Amino acid sequence: MQLEESIRHELARPEKDILLMTHIVLGYPSLEVNRQVISQMVANGVELIEMQIPFSEPMADGPTIVRANQEALAAGTTVAACLEFAEEMCRTHKTSFLFMTYYNILYKFGIEEFFKKARQIGIKGFIIPDLPPEEGEDFWRLAGEYDIAPILIYAPTSTEARMQELAKSAQGFIYCVARKGVTGQQTDFDNDFESYMARCRRGATGLPLAVGFGISSRADIAYLTGKADIGVIGTATINLVDKEGPEAVGPFIAGLR
Amino acid sequence: MQKTGYYGQWGGAYIPEILFETFQELNAAFAAAKADPAFWQEYVGLMATYSCRPTPLTHAANLSEHFGGAQIYIKREDLNHTGAHKANNVMGQGLLVKRMGKKRVIAETGAGQHGVATATMAAKFGLECTIYMGEEDVMRQRPNVFWMEKLGATVVPVTSGSKTLKDAINEAFRDWVTRMDDTHYVMGTVCGPHPFPEMVAWFQSIIGQEAHEQINKQFGALPARVYACVGGGSNAMGIFQGFLEHPEVELIGVEAGGHGVDTGQHAARLASKDASAGVAQGYHTMFLQNNDGQMMDTHSVAAGLDYIGVSPILADLWEQGRVRFAAATDQEVMAALELTMKREGIIPALESSHAFVQAYKEAGTLRPDQAIIVNMSGRGDKDIFTVAHAFDDPSWKEFIRKKGAEYAA
Ligand SMILES: Cc1ncc(COP(=O)(O)O)c(C=O)c1O
Repeated sequence: MQLEESIRHELARPEKDILLMTHIVLGYPSLEVNRQVISQMVANGVELIEMQIPFSEPMADGPTIVRANQEALAAGTTVAACLEFAEEMCRTHKTSFLFMTYYNILYKFGIEEFFKKARQIGIKGFIIPDLPPEEGEDFWRLAGEYDIAPILIYAPTSTEARMQELAKSAQGFIYCVARKGVTGQQTDFDNDFESYMARCRRGATGLPLAVGFGISSRADIAYLTGKADIGVIGTATINLVDKEGPEAVGPFIAGLR
Repeated sequence: MQKTGYYGQWGGAYIPEILFETFQELNAAFAAAKADPAFWQEYVGLMATYSCRPTPLTHAANLSEHFGGAQIYIKREDLNHTGAHKANNVMGQGLLVKRMGKKRVIAETGAGQHGVATATMAAKFGLECTIYMGEEDVMRQRPNVFWMEKLGATVVPVTSGSKTLKDAINEAFRDWVTRMDDTHYVMGTVCGPHPFPEMVAWFQSIIGQEAHEQINKQFGALPARVYACVGGGSNAMGIFQGFLEHPEVELIGVEAGGHGVDTGQHAARLASKDASAGVAQGYHTMFLQNNDGQMMDTHSVAAGLDYIGVSPILADLWEQGRVRFAAATDQEVMAALELTMKREGIIPALESSHAFVQAYKEAGTLRPDQAIIVNMSGRGDKDIFTVAHAFDDPSWKEFIRKKGAEYAA
């Protein structure tokens, strides 16, 4: 329950209509730059940060994040280095940190070992896009035992019945993917999106809703306010750091709300 | 209780949520087709009139004599339309696509044989078609790229990762999560998330059904051993299914030994000690990966075998000890290819030549009153550049130089 509690706590503040979750790929372009970027995110009020442990087969990601995964691995980023870095971040900042990665990283590490380690570090949730609730039995049991929220994903293709089914395994919040496709392309917010969000709300059985994929501007966040509890900024900050360096992240985040 | 889509501990469907409904629809369509005898009849009829089924079983009399052991029989999947067993699976999935009413197909391809077969099926059935192919494979299987484009398909070279088959699969999935409404992903082998392993194995089982009947008729008994190369495992599963229930028939899967199974430069998942259990590309199997779970770069002269994972069905049969695995090196493959051409006038694909290597190693240890079958998964025409290069063929090089000069002018 720890993740949902901290989200509720933040949302209860009168000045917070919507929370921000940002994303980084560990080791891209380097852990040193990750460190600077996270500092700027935290200093500018980001409430949640998902740290992606790079994987060689990032099937659910688009070109920008695929390239970031590949370059992080080519630069020698290991799972051990990611865990060590995550420990430092959790120790340094009060923000809620989550791991985003693919199931094989946990599988190879040992599922229970990974939960144990993440709990010890202070990680509050896992986002594993290639693990549906029908697979990985131990994972769902261990999530409860170690109180690390498994974040489930809703998609525009999900029926309300399926959403309710997913909500049974979910904790923390629900990650609503804004559109079909992979990470990194623009999203058009239209009537279809609004009825999708209404469906998510009904299906989520009370859990907070995050919306991600293609969210990159103040206008996007303004649009989501009132419809979602958390706006997720992913590829946009990677592109920004690539073009303008880590210093640009602070002003960008500050300008979103 | 055995979970659906599992073979022992292997298999499953590790799919992103966005494809959940698509897989529900596919599972339902496949189950309905499998339960409908008319569907299989339609399939067999199509393969008899559009492809070349039943494909012959050829007695390789010269080679049998050469090795002085078992009678060598070759199952001629090369004589399928488009030149490989891939057509079996593709035409079957094409009929399923028609039932589901989808308008567009996508596929990954390594050797290009699955891509050519899919482009052919799309042309015949009036479907839009996009093929994903690793950039490295585009270079080494260029004749197939040309034919896919001429057949009306869009070929997208994949530049991420190791630029080979696994990366083409990732890219095909990325397309599918964007356009699942009108698009079916024609998975080319017995891998990936359920129901693909079961579905592809079912369509390919036609090879084994025929081979079982043919060997009984032509040789008068079952074979002692059956050999097939294993990339993902579809041609192997195809022929093995005809003999699985006969424990006296030994089944041998031959993987890509590349530069040697001790060099790290190979694609031998089950015949080397380098693979370990993992979950990637939607399923649980033995993968060539490092201790962190990152997939390794594989190597094989044969693009169709140059892959990190292996069919969950074969992983299970391996674990049960029902299928034995061996590896053939690039060098051995060239020698077997040359011998097969010279002695029998048959040109196997580089992939298929792997099966021949192991059969040739063992034929002499058996008696002449025993038979073995080699599954010749495809013909070698597509490999003309790679094979000519390996033989360092002077007249071919001269021809390429002249063509180059002609186009440069
Ligand atoms: C001729 C041929 N044989 C074998 C294979 C390997 O695939 P599988 O193991 O699924 O039969 C390929 C794949 O491209 C191929 O083209």
